[in-house]
Amino acid sequence: MKKSIISFIAVMLIILFMTTAAVTGLTIPGGFVSPVNMSAEDAASAKVLIPSIHDATNGIRRGLDLVGGSSITFEAQLPEGYDMGNLSDDMATAQGLLRARLTAEGYTEANVSLQGEKRLLVEIPNIKNPEDAVQMLGATAKLTFMDITGKEWLTGSDVKKATAVYGKPTEGAIADEWYIALEFNSAATQKFYEATSAISQMEQGQNLLAIVLDDEVISAPGVAQAINSETCSISGSFTEDSARELANLINVGQLPFSLSQVELRAVGPQLGADALKTSVYAAAIGIALVCIFMILVYRLPGFVACIALGFYCALELLVLGWLKVNLSLPGIAGIILSIGMAVDANVVIFERIKEELRMGKTVKSAIDSGFKRAFTAIFDSNVTTLIAAGVLYFLGTGTIVGFATTLGLGVILSMFTALTITHFLLNRMVDFKIRNPKVYGA
Amino acid sequence: MKQKFPILKNFKIFAIISALLCITGLVSLLALPFGMNLFNFDIDFAGGTQMEFQMHDVELNADTLNEIQALVEEATGVKPNAPQAIGDSKDQVMIRSTSLTSEQRQAVSDAMNEKYGLTEDDLLSSEDVGKTVGNDLKKAALVSAVIAVILMLVYITIRFEFTSGLAAVVCLVHDLLVMLTVYVIFQIPFNQNFIAAALTILGYSINASIIVFDRIRENLHTARKETFEEVAERSVWQTMGRTINTTLTTLFTIGMIFILGVSSLRDFTLPLLIGILSGAYSSIFLASSLWGFFRKKFRKHA
Repeated sequence: MKKSIISFIAVMLIILFMTTAAVTGLTIPGGFVSPVNMSAEDAASAKVLIPSIHDATNGIRRGLDLVGGSSITFEAQLPEGYDMGNLSDDMATAQGLLRARLTAEGYTEANVSLQGEKRLLVEIPNIKNPEDAVQMLGATAKLTFMDITGKEWLTGSDVKKATAVYGKPTEGAIADEWYIALEFNSAATQKFYEATSAISQMEQGQNLLAIVLDDEVISAPGVAQAINSETCSISGSFTEDSARELANLINVGQLPFSLSQVELRAVGPQLGADALKTSVYAAAIGIALVCIFMILVYRLPGFVACIALGFYCALELLVLGWLKVNLSLPGIAGIILSIGMAVDANVVIFERIKEELRMGKTVKSAIDSGFKRAFTAIFDSNVTTLIAAGVLYFLGTGTIVGFATTLGLGVILSMFTALTITHFLLNRMVDFKIRNPKVYGA
Repeated sequence: MKQKFPILKNFKIFAIISALLCITGLVSLLALPFGMNLFNFDIDFAGGTQMEFQMHDVELNADTLNEIQALVEEATGVKPNAPQAIGDSKDQVMIRSTSLTSEQRQAVSDAMNEKYGLTEDDLLSSEDVGKTVGNDLKKAALVSAVIAVILMLVYITIRFEFTSGLAAVVCLVHDLLVMLTVYVIFQIPFNQNFIAAALTILGYSINASIIVFDRIRENLHTARKETFEEVAERSVWQTMGRTINTTLTTLFTIGMIFILGVSSLRDFTLPLLIGILSGAYSSIFLASSLWGFFRKKFRKHA
């Protein structure tokens, strides 16, 4: 008896802890506070153990349909006779181009990802005029090489290839480092020679050959002497990433295709905020209705199911936050649907317990055989739902993937909750000498 | 739950009800290859541009809607579909047309802003789907549905037997057709969300059939004198409480989104509601009869 009381209290405390942590977050130092509610200094040094549901940086991210923003898909318009072998390299160049343009425009939270073989998905939160972004990103890239006076010496089409290389940038160099090997077309060698001879004559600090993309200087290496060669190297404390990034951008001039927008989904911030608010509202009322129904129909086990449901909701939020799931509108629908379904396993078990009680079994053995016999039904039915969620996850696109994630997660967690927490709590009820079959709905 | 009326014996009645519910969806589906489209294909599948504006105090009557249509045509040179007043208080307008370029969409926004004194914030949403993307989505939808059904059939065959898998899949097709019927009759925008709703119902409705089958499987082990039909009848009634109560709890939560949610979620939850109801119906009234039917067929041929 004593053991039962202690373990019962322990489990209830764990549920309380998880629920609190999911709502407020748990940060060290700071305790149950999310960095969102801290001063900037404290937030910088804080280590987030459990992200709060309000913490979109460390926890559940909010999809563009909830915060407002644009997702734009560009497709490479491949010319006839295009060598498909170059596609992945060229797409990396195009991806770098879009990233550089987004950064230059100040959209630092924007994200560019490859979709399939020849499409790029750009996601920009909090943007009000999507068409500006579509046109800015889709414009043909203009790459030029200028001196400090703004005189244009070469253009992107003079470049044959730029590659990020690890090794010695010049023959005299001592240590290996990351640099960019730049190769010009043979026709441009003369132009490059003229440029470098003119620039190298300039004063120290002014002798720069600026590489300009659109209107943004992406690199400005110094030129020490005239170079009469098809190749040259740009060096100077590059990391592997920054070297590759710059090489990709210099290759923009060779991009044999243009990017055209094939899909746009832009949601204004107001619509997104409304969607989030009403969904949370709907979830709260839905859960309340489910709890009332369960208690009315199943009495004590129904009440236990409500506690388990609370545990389930907290667990789901914690896992979603931990996985940093990108929550979209259909994703919320998936969560709410899975709450309704989370009760299903409990219903199956309780119905079974009722049947066993009617056959004259004691409460204790009815609970035991109820769980045992309901298991195959719960397992088989959940696996089929998981199959659907899995197919959606792997084959779906966009917001559908978010829906599949929350639904699949919900199914797994709800099965776990019903088979552990509900079972545990019901057994404790029996230990507490609550053994009148009527209380169990018989 | 106690047996109130025979279910397996009345299979014909339930089958006729089902046929009536399915027929519209089935016909609409079969008409598609012949170029007849009864669905309200959203731009997701058809390709096109759709823009929504918050109109504030502008009264959206037939005249203003015509005015907006003319305005868009003037700005882009493309005549859009008749604009619709949407939203709870009908103070938003939805403009849909064939796919517009970015410059054309910009022109629409500018024209709307100028004419009705709107700001950037009043562009509630703007979507554009190219033809190829629409086709890709359609293909992905079909492929994912077929793969999901095959995987489920395989799983049920392993856990039960082939005939029960077949019965469950027939119930699934039934539920999907009922959903299609609802889409056609209420002209719900047919878009990506349908795929999510349909696959959810696929998982959910088969879930209910399996609970019934699981009980039949268990009861068959102990039954000696009873026929399959008698065992099945008993099992359906034994699981009736569960089927009804689970359906109710799911309807509570989904129903709340339907009642309170924003319009895009409502379009998503209505087919879910229908699918859940249809799933309960098919697993109670059709699933076990169909299993019995396929069992007999299977044995005759064997």
